[in-house]
Amino acid sequence: MQDASAFTLSGRDLIGIEGLSAGEITGLLDLAEEFVELNRQIEKKRTTLRGRTQINLFFEASTRTQSSFEIAGKRLGADVMNMSVASSSVKKGETLIDTAITLNAMHPDILVVRHHASGAVALLARKVDCCVVNAGDGAHEHPTQALLDALTIRRNKGRIQGLTVAICGDVLHSRVARSNIALLNTMGAKVRVVAPSTLLPSGVETLGVEVFRTMEAGLEGADIVMMLRLQRERMAGSFIPSVKEYFHYFGLDEAKLRYAAPDALVMHPGPMNRGVEIDSAIADGAQSLIREQVEMGVAVRMAVLDSLARKLPNA
Amino acid sequence: MRNGRTTAQVSRAQVSRAHDPRPLLLANARVIDPSRGADFHGDVFLADGVVKDAGFGIAAAGIPDGAEVVECAGAVVAPGLVDMRAFVGEPGAEHRETLASASHAAAAGGVTTIICQPDTDPAVDDPAIVDFILRRARDTAVVRVHPMAAITKGLEGHEMTEIGLLQAAGAVAFTDGHKSIMNAQVLRRALTYARDFDALLVHHTEDASMSQGAMNEGAFASRLGLSGNPKAAETIILERDVRLVGAARSRYHAAALTCAESLEVLERAKTAGLPVTASVSINHLSFNELDIGAYRTYFRLAPPLRGEEDRQALIRALASGLLDVVVSDHLPQDVEGKRLPFSEAEPGAIGLETLLSAALRLVHSDQVDLVNLLAALSTRPAQILGLDAGTLRPGAAADVIVFDPGMPYVLDPRSLKSRCRNTPFDEARLDGRVLRTIVAGQTVYEYV
Repeated sequence: MQDASAFTLSGRDLIGIEGLSAGEITGLLDLAEEFVELNRQIEKKRTTLRGRTQINLFFEASTRTQSSFEIAGKRLGADVMNMSVASSSVKKGETLIDTAITLNAMHPDILVVRHHASGAVALLARKVDCCVVNAGDGAHEHPTQALLDALTIRRNKGRIQGLTVAICGDVLHSRVARSNIALLNTMGAKVRVVAPSTLLPSGVETLGVEVFRTMEAGLEGADIVMMLRLQRERMAGSFIPSVKEYFHYFGLDEAKLRYAAPDALVMHPGPMNRGVEIDSAIADGAQSLIREQVEMGVAVRMAVLDSLARKLPNA
Repeated sequence: MRNGRTTAQVSRAQVSRAHDPRPLLLANARVIDPSRGADFHGDVFLADGVVKDAGFGIAAAGIPDGAEVVECAGAVVAPGLVDMRAFVGEPGAEHRETLASASHAAAAGGVTTIICQPDTDPAVDDPAIVDFILRRARDTAVVRVHPMAAITKGLEGHEMTEIGLLQAAGAVAFTDGHKSIMNAQVLRRALTYARDFDALLVHHTEDASMSQGAMNEGAFASRLGLSGNPKAAETIILERDVRLVGAARSRYHAAALTCAESLEVLERAKTAGLPVTASVSINHLSFNELDIGAYRTYFRLAPPLRGEEDRQALIRALASGLLDVVVSDHLPQDVEGKRLPFSEAEPGAIGLETLLSAALRLVHSDQVDLVNLLAALSTRPAQILGLDAGTLRPGAAADVIVFDPGMPYVLDPRSLKSRCRNTPFDEARLDGRVLRTIVAGQTVYEYV
């Protein structure tokens, strides 16, 4: 096996899981394992990114992803700056591309970008000279979330290949679902999606998933149950009749979880709507990996930043 | 070029008022007159702003006095194109397109008549605005311009415009541009009222409530994470409209159909003998949704590009004559409107200049016959709109083009005459180039 700490990605940027090979994904996960260990030490600092500037450019509000990237960058020695554009110049009419050009002139080394429009991060990446990490674009991709989910699964199940993973909930609006579907397929897992028909994207079966409309059928024998956040603000009484009905049919509670394999594990990308898509008893229960996912998030993001930084000029 | 005026930039109005142009003999050409189904080698003689003769051996019989002879060397001579759907930003969006810039783009593309759309600012919903456009066109445009007027005031879909007075002012048809009239009662009354004036209603068929997405609904949209517009958004409105036309019996034209299901509806309407006709845009004949690729905003259109099966169905319907007209659906958008994430970008593509070249691809791929194609680009729209165009019959207006259907070129967007560059044919290889465009006997464009 190759030394994990010498691993690099083939591209300059990380825009999506689509386009990553199984080897690249494994490489990132192996590297992330090292950072899991590091993060549990008292001395958590590395110097890989010393002198580098990382800008977290968030056009959409986010607490956990942004802080996760911030900690990851700082532990690798980078100077990290957070820009929440949701409230600043974009409101004044500046376009995405103008913002990109402005930031580019400040010579950052890494831009971590989240935007509410699908494809926006790739568009921005074409206009800047530094490397760009997608922290979520519209309903398109959220690659680091899929990677941290994969790391969590691998650490708990010892493998990804051959596992049955049920992704449940608002698949339609979910970039987490798309990135996870791509990653799990690449790594040889069997992927299911479980949702009411109004929350399934058109042609979803062409993404390489088995489609279920009830939790009972969809969870049958599943090794991993991955819940998605219900974007309540987007529902507006049109995709589902009510939160109450949604929880009744699609909320994960003990009764529904019993359909899954006895050693099934439960995941959620957060932030959770307790009592909407997941029951508190499950979220905090023995089968839940939700807190571990957050820990893995920092490690995976360190791995991504580290491997991309190794390809920066003068690295 | 801004200061020095070339031949192509001499105002038609100025010329026609000053003196009649020199007679023109287009010699040794492949003459195609779709209005008579004619396709032969011969000559076309233009004088006094009209077609004098089109036939064999006109040149051999002696060159008429004072005539300029254009040796066509086998190039095609055909009626100039009539583009039934082109947005011009005048009044209100002159930074995107003026009547002058649109007309130069049209001339370079072989379009001798532009039908401009009423979705301007203010909207063309008042006879004074029709008059304004006609006067501006007379003074600044090098091709013929006829406006369509709005069906409803302010394009708001509520109150009918002055259909009679607008028609008398010069509106050739009525449309709410890129908006569908969602209130069936409003459209029903407009259709019923329009019948008394034999006015044509042209309708954009896209249910507004189902068209909030950025592209065609389907697997590709799901993959890109973009919200989609289902085909049913189009088909439902078309079905409804056909029912209304069945009752009102007035002339109706679907502005731009995009999918196979709509073609079924159209076919049923035509079989039932209803006065229904339809257009297809050159974009929907040329591209499918996969051309959007990595969020390319020049391919964001309204209605959106559909799948390849739909594109093929549209081509077959064009070849069979089920679809009557091919339009450019010219919709200039400036950089600020397109240099955005896909879902935030303005829809639309320019098309006047590439209309013929792009359409000729269908001839080169043996899917549509050249005579039928030119009919859909000139004769049919002229007939539907009741214009003196689209024919080489003696006495018809001398709006004629000369083009080489096989001349290859790569489209350089910087060479375009439109004020905007949002062409999906950016850097595309095209075969077929307009060599000369003649309006009222006057050459307004020459390829050099």
